[in-house]
Amino acid sequence: MTSGGLLRAVAGTAILGGLGLPVLLGLGHGIAAAFGHFPAIGAHGPDLRPWRELLEMPGLGRAVLLALWTGMAATGLSFLLATGTLAALHGRGAARGLRRVLAPLLAAPHAAIAIGLAFVLAPSGWIARALAPLLGWARPPDIATTGDPLGLALILGLTAKELPFLLLMFSAALTRIPVGAQMAAGRALGYGRTAVWLWVLLPQFWPQIRLPVMVVLAFSVSVVDMALILGPSAPPTLPVMIARLSSDPDLQALLPASAGGVLQLVLLAGTFAAAAVLARIAGAAGRAFLRRGHRLRGTGRTLALLPAASAGIVLMAFLALAALLVWSAAFSWRWPELFPAQLTWRHWLDAGRWGWPAGASALIALASTGLALAAAVAWLESADRLGRRGRDRWLAAAIHVPLLLPQLSFLTGLSGLMIRAPLPPLAAVIWGHWLFVFPYLMIALKGPWEAADPRLECSAAALGAGSWRRLWRVKLPVLLAPLLTAAAVGFAVSVAQYLPTLFLGGGRIETLTTEAVALASGSDRRVAAVHAVLQALLPWGAFLAALAVPAILHRERRGLGGAA
Amino acid sequence: MKSFITAAFLALIPAIASADDWDATLEAARGRTVHFHAWGGDERTNAFISWVGDRVEAAHGVTLRHVKLGDTAEAVARVLAEKAAGRGSGGSVDLIWINGPNFAAMKEQGLLYGPFAGSLPNARWLDLSPGSANVTDFTVPVEGLEAPWRLAKFVFLHDTARIGPPPAEMAGWPDWAAAHPGRITHPDPANFMGATFLKQALAELAPEGTDLSVPPTDATFAAATAPLWDWYDALRPHLWRGGTSFPASQFAQRQLLNDGEIDLSMSFDPASAAAAIRDGLLPPSVRVHVPAKGSIGNVSFVVIPFNAANPEGAKVVADALLDPEVQAHMQDIRVLGAFSVLDPGKLAPQARADFAALPSGPALPRLEDLGPVLPEPAPGWMTQLEAEWQRRYAR
Repeated sequence: MTSGGLLRAVAGTAILGGLGLPVLLGLGHGIAAAFGHFPAIGAHGPDLRPWRELLEMPGLGRAVLLALWTGMAATGLSFLLATGTLAALHGRGAARGLRRVLAPLLAAPHAAIAIGLAFVLAPSGWIARALAPLLGWARPPDIATTGDPLGLALILGLTAKELPFLLLMFSAALTRIPVGAQMAAGRALGYGRTAVWLWVLLPQFWPQIRLPVMVVLAFSVSVVDMALILGPSAPPTLPVMIARLSSDPDLQALLPASAGGVLQLVLLAGTFAAAAVLARIAGAAGRAFLRRGHRLRGTGRTLALLPAASAGIVLMAFLALAALLVWSAAFSWRWPELFPAQLTWRHWLDAGRWGWPAGASALIALASTGLALAAAVAWLESADRLGRRGRDRWLAAAIHVPLLLPQLSFLTGLSGLMIRAPLPPLAAVIWGHWLFVFPYLMIALKGPWEAADPRLECSAAALGAGSWRRLWRVKLPVLLAPLLTAAAVGFAVSVAQYLPTLFLGGGRIETLTTEAVALASGSDRRVAAVHAVLQALLPWGAFLAALAVPAILHRERRGLGGAA
Repeated sequence: MKSFITAAFLALIPAIASADDWDATLEAARGRTVHFHAWGGDERTNAFISWVGDRVEAAHGVTLRHVKLGDTAEAVARVLAEKAAGRGSGGSVDLIWINGPNFAAMKEQGLLYGPFAGSLPNARWLDLSPGSANVTDFTVPVEGLEAPWRLAKFVFLHDTARIGPPPAEMAGWPDWAAAHPGRITHPDPANFMGATFLKQALAELAPEGTDLSVPPTDATFAAATAPLWDWYDALRPHLWRGGTSFPASQFAQRQLLNDGEIDLSMSFDPASAAAAIRDGLLPPSVRVHVPAKGSIGNVSFVVIPFNAANPEGAKVVADALLDPEVQAHMQDIRVLGAFSVLDPGKLAPQARADFAALPSGPALPRLEDLGPVLPEPAPGWMTQLEAEWQRRYAR
C-alpha cells in the first residue's frame, strides 16, 4: 500500500468510525425511543404513545413555531447583513481589518454573548439605565425586552454570533470570484452595484456558502443554551422544551423527549427544503427582473443601511462583552447605576472556583483540536497524494452530519450507548467535542489547503524531496497561517460546547461553558460573568496566537504572514 | 422500671453492633472518592459542601467530589440509565441531594441502596418519631432510605424600600397585586419554587375538609383546586409582564428583585434574604415575610443509589452532614444560614450553646417568627398542579 493509501485508510477509519458511525447509532437509539422502544426504562415498542404525549404538551405548537421563527429569522437576518456588508465594503481594503475586529465575537461562545446581552437589553439593563434619566423612569419599565414572547432578543443574540461567522465564511468564499472584474463589467453595462451583487455575484457565490448557511440554520433552529438565557419562557422554544423533558424526574418523559428530537429533525429538514425553494424563487425572480431590463441604479444608499445595521449589532455584542467584564468585578450594581457603586476583585481572586473549569476547558479544547487537526491534515494530504483532491463529496457530506443535525437528537442516544461501553468521562467529552471540532476545522482548512500553489510542491519534488519531507518542510510551513486559524476555530468550537459536555461527561466534567450556563440561570450574575469572560478570553487568545505566530515566524516572508 | 432498663439494654445491643459496623464503614471509605450529585445553583451551598469535603478528608481520608447539577433529575436519570444498562455496581453516583418527587421516583423504580439513615452515628440527634418532618418526604415514607441534612421553609422576600409586606392571607393577593401592577410575580411553576407558590395558595384556599396528604384523583383535584384557579385568574393580570412570562427559578426572581424590576421574591430558605444582603445580591432593605397561617416546609435529604461505587464513603458524608458542629456551621448566617434538622432537645449542652451563639441580623428571622409548618402535599398534587397550570396558562 502506498503511503497515501495508508494515510487515507487510517484517516478514513478515524473519521467514519469516530464520527459517522456513532452519530448514526445515537440517532438510531433516539428514533427507536421516539417509537416507544427504550428497554432501559421498561419501554418495548413499537408504540406511538411518545408522539401522543409530545403532541399533548401544552404550548407545543407555539414552541415549534418559535423555534422555526427565531432560527429562520436569525439565519435570514445574518445572511442579509453579511452579504450586504461585504457588498458595501468590498474593494475598500476593509476585509482584513474586519477579521481583526470580529475575532473577539467569533471567539466568544454563544453562552457568553447571551449572558452579557441579557444584561444590556434587560428592562433594568444598560440601555434602559442610559435612557432612564431622559425618559424619567423611576423604575425599570415592565416591558419584555429579553425573553419576549416573539423571541426578538433571541434573534438578536443569535445574529450577534452568526453574523461574524457568516462574514468570515463569505469573505473567504468571495476571494474565489473575480468580484472586481465582474463589478466593472456590470457597472459598464449600466447596472447598479446592488444589481451586480444580486444577479451576477450572488448566484455564483451561493453554492459556495450554502453549507455554512445551512449549518447556521441547523444550529439556530435547535439552540438550547442561548434560548434558555434570551428566549421566551412560556412556552419556550421547542429545543428548550425537549431539553427540559429529558431531565424530567419522571423518566418516562424520555420517550416524548426522544419523539421531540425526531420532530426537530423533521422540522429542520423542512426548513432546509424551504431555504432551497426560497433560493430557487429568488433566482427565478432575479432572472425575471433582469429580462425586464431593471438595472437598480441609485440603490447604493439603501445598500449602505445594511453595514450600518451590522455595525449596530456588532456594537451591541461588544457592549455585551463589556458588561460581562464590569459585572465580573462588581459587588452590587443596581438600577439606576450606570456603573457599579462598589467594585471588588473577590470573584476573580476565588481562583479555586473557576480554575478547574478553566483548566478543563483548555485541556479538552487542546486535545480535541489536536486530534481534529491531525485527522484533517492526514485526510487532505492523502487525497493530494492519491490525486483525488476535491473528489470526496461523501466526506464533505459525512463531516457535516453532526453540524446539520439537532444536537439533542443524537446526543441522548449516544450517552445511553456510552453506559454499555463506558469511556472515562474526560475521554468521552474530548471525543464528543471532536465530533463538532473536526467538521468546523475541516471547513476552515479545506479551502486554503486546496488553494495552496501546487507548483511549490512540484518544485520540491523536482528537487528530490520525498512526500513526507514535502509535507513537513513545504506544505505545512506554507499553510501555517490557515492551519493555525483552523485550529483556533476548532478551539473556539470546543470551548463553546454545552450539550456534549453535559451528556457525555455525565455531569462529571465541568467546563467554563457548563458552569456559565448553570450560573446564568440567575444564582449570581457576577460569578457567571467571571466564567463567561474566561470563556470568551480562552478562544480569543487562540485567535490572537493564530494571527501572531505566523506573523512572527514569517516576518521576512510577506506572502506567508498571517494572511489566512 | 425494670422493663425500661431491659428496653434500654436491648436498645444498646444494635448500638454496640453498629459501632463495629461503623468502624468497618470508615475503614472501607478511607482513601476513596465520593461523587456527591447536588444541585449547584447556589454559591454558598457549593462553598459549604466544599467545606464539608475538607472536613471528611481530614477526619476520615474521604475525598468529596461535588458534581454540580442544574436539576436533581439529571442524577436520577443517570442512575436509571445505569440500571437499564445492567450496571448493578460501580455506578457513577454515590450520593444525591434530593427530596419530593425525585425521591418518590427513585423509591418507586427501586433505584435506592436501602435503609442506612438509622445506622449513622449522628442520627441519634434526629427526631425520627412518627409525625416528624424527617420520616416522611412529601408524604412518602422515608424508611431510612435517605438521611436529612437541612430544613426548608417557604417564605416571601420583599423590598421594604418600595413595597409593604404581602397580605397575611393568600386570599388578599389579587388586591395587593392590583395595587402594585407589574411589581409582583412568582417563579415558573415548572420550577419547584413556582409550584410551591401554588401549593402554598392551595393549602390556604382549598375547600374545608380537603386532605392534601392523600394523592389526588381527577375528581378530588378538580374540587380542591377550583377556588385556586379563580384566585389565580384574578391575580394573574396584575403580575409582572401581565402574567405572560415568569422567572425560571427563585434565583432568577431574586435577580429581578435586586435589579429593581420587581419588589417580591420567594425562597425555601428563611435565611436567604440576610445571606443575599451580605453577599451584595439583594438591597439591604429586603425583609422576610411568612403568611399568618404558616407556610409549606420540608426537609432536604441525601440518598445513596443502589449501584453506588462507594456506599461506605457516601454514608460517611451523610453522617458528617448531621454532625452538630457541621449543622451549627451550616446554620451560621455567615456560612449558609440554612436551618438545622437536628432536634434541639436531643443535643448536648455544648452543641446547644453553639447554636445559641450564632449571629443574628435584621433580615434574619428567628425560628419562632416563622410560624407553623404546613406539610407538603402528596407528590401527585404538585405534578398535577404543574400540569394543570401549564394547560391553562402556557400557550
